[in-house]
Amino acid sequence: MLEHYLSLITKAIFVENILLAYFLGMCSFLAISNKVQTSIGLGMAVTFVLTITAPANWLIHNYFLKAGALTWLGLPNVDLSYLNFIVFIAVIAALVQLVEMIMDKFSPVLYHNLGIFLPLIAVNCSILGGSLFLVERDYNLMESTVFGFGSGLGWFLAIASMSAIRHRLRYSNVPPKLRGLGITMLLTGLLSMAFMAFSGIDL
Amino acid sequence: MKFLRKILDNLEPKFLKDGPLEKLFPIYEATDTILFSTSEKTESGPHIRDSVDNKRIMILVVVALLPCYIFGAINIGFQTAQISGTVQSAWENFIIGMGVILPVLAMTFAVGGFWEILFAVVRKHPISEGFLVTCALIPLVMPPTIPLWQVAIATTFGIVIGKEIFGGVGMNIFNPALVARAFIFFAYPSQISGDKVWLHADGVSGATALAVPAAVENGNAVDLLMNITQFNYSWSNMFWGYIPGSIGETNKLLIILGVLFLVFTKIANWRIIAGALIGLLGTATLTNIMAPLSSNTMLTLPPHYHLVMGGFLFGMAFMATEPVTGAHTDKGRWIYGILIGALTVIIRSINPAYPEGTMLAILLMNAFAPLIDYYVVQGKIKRRMARYAAE
Repeated sequence: MLEHYLSLITKAIFVENILLAYFLGMCSFLAISNKVQTSIGLGMAVTFVLTITAPANWLIHNYFLKAGALTWLGLPNVDLSYLNFIVFIAVIAALVQLVEMIMDKFSPVLYHNLGIFLPLIAVNCSILGGSLFLVERDYNLMESTVFGFGSGLGWFLAIASMSAIRHRLRYSNVPPKLRGLGITMLLTGLLSMAFMAFSGIDL
Repeated sequence: MKFLRKILDNLEPKFLKDGPLEKLFPIYEATDTILFSTSEKTESGPHIRDSVDNKRIMILVVVALLPCYIFGAINIGFQTAQISGTVQSAWENFIIGMGVILPVLAMTFAVGGFWEILFAVVRKHPISEGFLVTCALIPLVMPPTIPLWQVAIATTFGIVIGKEIFGGVGMNIFNPALVARAFIFFAYPSQISGDKVWLHADGVSGATALAVPAAVENGNAVDLLMNITQFNYSWSNMFWGYIPGSIGETNKLLIILGVLFLVFTKIANWRIIAGALIGLLGTATLTNIMAPLSSNTMLTLPPHYHLVMGGFLFGMAFMATEPVTGAHTDKGRWIYGILIGALTVIIRSINPAYPEGTMLAILLMNAFAPLIDYYVVQGKIKRRMARYAAE
């Protein structure tokens, strides 16, 4: 059993890295990755949000939205799964709000550094993507939690390495037109090529 | 010599500011500094005078690579002769092999040189000899059967995306030769993936040494290698390099000599090499211990076989040790090296998609080297702050 979860988490971090294999959550990845400290903060925030939204959305999907999920209310024929997107987004937004308040209270510096990007996690596609993957792949509650956590760690790893690369990039002489987002986009491609080392591993 | 100097001096005004060929100054400058030592002086301090500069370092690396070229040529001739069943002298083998290598080399230098000069002219930076090393490395990691247009594409990608967009030599994040190799590897997997041997003969194919144990379940890797009759995959033969493979990576002795030369001249850092060896041998020992638990035959491959199979030694010697893309701190170098060795074994053993893992392991560690460095430096800062706070 433990082995199953271990392979699930390894897969989520390395083999199917949510950022470098699926390219989800690119906007905040490109915009925030210029400082290591902030990136680590955002990476932790995304990991945290993914870890709590995945099981939360799993519960909502399985007890309210899925076809036949409302049997416990005496409504076995109701299928609300067309509401998946909007409900998932609402849940994510609410939870992000929560994280924001907690962070403001306990780490004002990080809160200030993340600025607008913290609320933007609410619309970070990696988070919604994580929730949608667990529906598509029919994970159970425990699997979704582990998958959410693993995907978050994968995202964390990607943004941490990218921010360190951009830290070193300060000594490079990138063509002026490519500075900033352009070179980061190209680096993401190269990084994803390096991560292809793991693609194909069957766990 | 004076004659040459005179020609160059006469030409110089044409390339200087407001001269008719002003834009081509980098080309003049490169020719001049390759032939003569530079008369340029730094304008502000500190002035450290050393006869070893960028140019000499790059040339020394090329020198260390030359034996690999010579043996590569001999091996290509040898493999071709083997198929037709003839026996030739080493010299004849060499001539045949050169016929294969020279076009690849010429293509690499033509395309690489074109991009280097183009970027030097447009971005007004001097032409660096770094491109000599990159272009000398690219053919060595290519299979001998590669079509020339693929060489051109790989070189273009490696030089432009791997190096020039970061500002040229010394500013890149990923090793350009590796980027070129990885690009061609993913772009044309059916030809470059490395599970079938690359031979200059139609209709002959066979499995590479690394693909042999990867293809069978519940076997013993060494026995399987011994059973192959088409090629001699014994340990000593793989060490001496008379096996099919990429052009420059087969003879391990020459690679070891080359890397000793680089360590002796302090171009390569011994910590990365020691780390990579420890990582490879340690992880391979671990997989051997775990082998009975799994049906994966690759796990039974002994550590010393891992060492001589595939491109590990070549990658470790000439690509992992590259001073620009590796870790820059001593502690970081150990971590960087160990992870390269460990990842190589892991990718070889548990990833069925790729028989060889060295290239991807180094590329991946290139990506993480800045992060390792960052934390090593932060750790040092923290310790020092604590020390001063205590005093």
